[in-house]
Amino acid sequence: MDTLLEPFRYEFFRNGIAVATLSGALCGLVGVYVVLRGMSYIGHGLSHAIFGGAVASFALGFSFYLGAGLWGLVSAILILLIARRRSIGADAAIGVVTTASFAVGVVIISVIGSFTRNVESVLFGNVLGVDMADVLVVAGVTLVAGAVVALRYRQLLFTTFDPEVADVSGVSTARMDVLLALLLTALITVCMSVLGVTLIAAMLVIPPVIGRLLTDSFHRMLWISVAVGMFCGFVGVYLSYYLDWASGPAVVLTAASMFVLAYVFAAVRRRRLPEAALDAHVG
Amino acid sequence: MNQLIRFERVTCRYGIEPVLVNVDLVVSEGDFVGIVGPSGSGKTTLLRAIAGVVKPIAGRIVRDRAATIGYVPQVETVNWYFPVTVREAVLMSRIDGRVFPWASKRDLHDADDVLDRLGIGNLGDRHIRELSGGQQQRVFVARAMLRRPKLLLMDEPTSGVDVRTRHDVMHLIHELHHDGLAVVLTTHDLNGIAAHLPQLVCLNREVIATGRPQEVITPEVLERTYGAPLEVLSHGGMPVVVEHYPEVEEIERKVVPLREGHHGHPA
Repeated sequence: MDTLLEPFRYEFFRNGIAVATLSGALCGLVGVYVVLRGMSYIGHGLSHAIFGGAVASFALGFSFYLGAGLWGLVSAILILLIARRRSIGADAAIGVVTTASFAVGVVIISVIGSFTRNVESVLFGNVLGVDMADVLVVAGVTLVAGAVVALRYRQLLFTTFDPEVADVSGVSTARMDVLLALLLTALITVCMSVLGVTLIAAMLVIPPVIGRLLTDSFHRMLWISVAVGMFCGFVGVYLSYYLDWASGPAVVLTAASMFVLAYVFAAVRRRRLPEAALDAHVG
Repeated sequence: MNQLIRFERVTCRYGIEPVLVNVDLVVSEGDFVGIVGPSGSGKTTLLRAIAGVVKPIAGRIVRDRAATIGYVPQVETVNWYFPVTVREAVLMSRIDGRVFPWASKRDLHDADDVLDRLGIGNLGDRHIRELSGGQQQRVFVARAMLRRPKLLLMDEPTSGVDVRTRHDVMHLIHELHHDGLAVVLTTHDLNGIAAHLPQLVCLNREVIATGRPQEVITPEVLERTYGAPLEVLSHGGMPVVVEHYPEVEEIERKVVPLREGHHGHPA
């Protein structure tokens, strides 16, 4: 037992596992809306876009959270605005805005001439390097995201499922889009130092997809996704301590393993249910 | 009858292209109106303008502010793989004045009540994909009905469904209308749907004609609406539109003499 609890004696580990668990919950929560809107690529793209803002903040001496957050918000809103034009579509909008924003970051790096340690942690994550302030920031954003989803549950669901009818029924879909963009930007900004630009997308997508494989109900998908995100954050960081792996990839590989299990489970269950499904269609 | 909505020379556009031009229309309590016209004639835009989502660039729309509107989309536009149960889909429209994400007892009671009324009360926990075509349409009618509307807007409620489902859906809509609901629907089906409605609007960006089916389903009006000649017969006092397919007729003209020739010269 002592061996199992050994890593918890270290403050850096306690902070790291707390922030990874919270990040998993946050990604699982917001990721459900991202995946169901068919915008899974936005997490990947936006994290690259925010990288541009993060680098610019370092170069100009601004607050990381403020600079990267504002940059990300502008990018997210630009993506949503461009994606509304059906002739372009969400995937192309993400491609245009995020690569341009990423390129700005690369240009700044090339002008400065070298990576700094902070920029490396933005790219690859450094969960064991976080302090209590980072934990509190991630906890704060997770709480706010939870409150927003709870208070605007049906509006967000309606806008995600059927935006045209939601509009007709009195839901301000434009406001819901901006709200989601805000949540996504805040998520990526605060999770960047934990998972890194390159791995956030995985945690935004894998827990919701596992939830989708396991249920046909939206609210159950939301709960499963949050629980899976938390589990992967906790177990991934814990395993990384013993296996001496980088923490970000350990979290993502835990999630990928869970996806494989969920996929197999769903396939087996589907095979056992053909009769029930047939009955349902006859009605 | 109290007017629910009145269009006065309303013009709407998407981008630079006008979609509706100088449209005059009145929908009152208890009305049952069908909107017919070719693809791209502005039928859905007219529904969305009635619902208040599309704003006119000219003219005026006067609406009874107390009259709630329910909207039923084309089922073909629904994402059937979205993870929602029937009850969750219906409860989506209960968005007013609710702080907590979970449904209140009253919400659940109302949702189950409207599902019962539409004959799908036992399907609340099913995923929407697991239903038959008629049941799927009823789910979205139920979602609209949960808003307790005075006016129900339905976009192509029978498109992409078989004859039996079409009959079921139209039976349901007539029942709702008999219960006092005003209904405006769009349809491409002139013989199966439009000819059986009390009032029609023929639309091709502008209103070509309005009135009872016998008054507007005429060769002249249809040619102006669809831009092609259509033959109209009368069957039991109801107009029946005969569709001609010149290409098919041309092939038949060539094939029939060949067949006759074949039979005339047995081997």
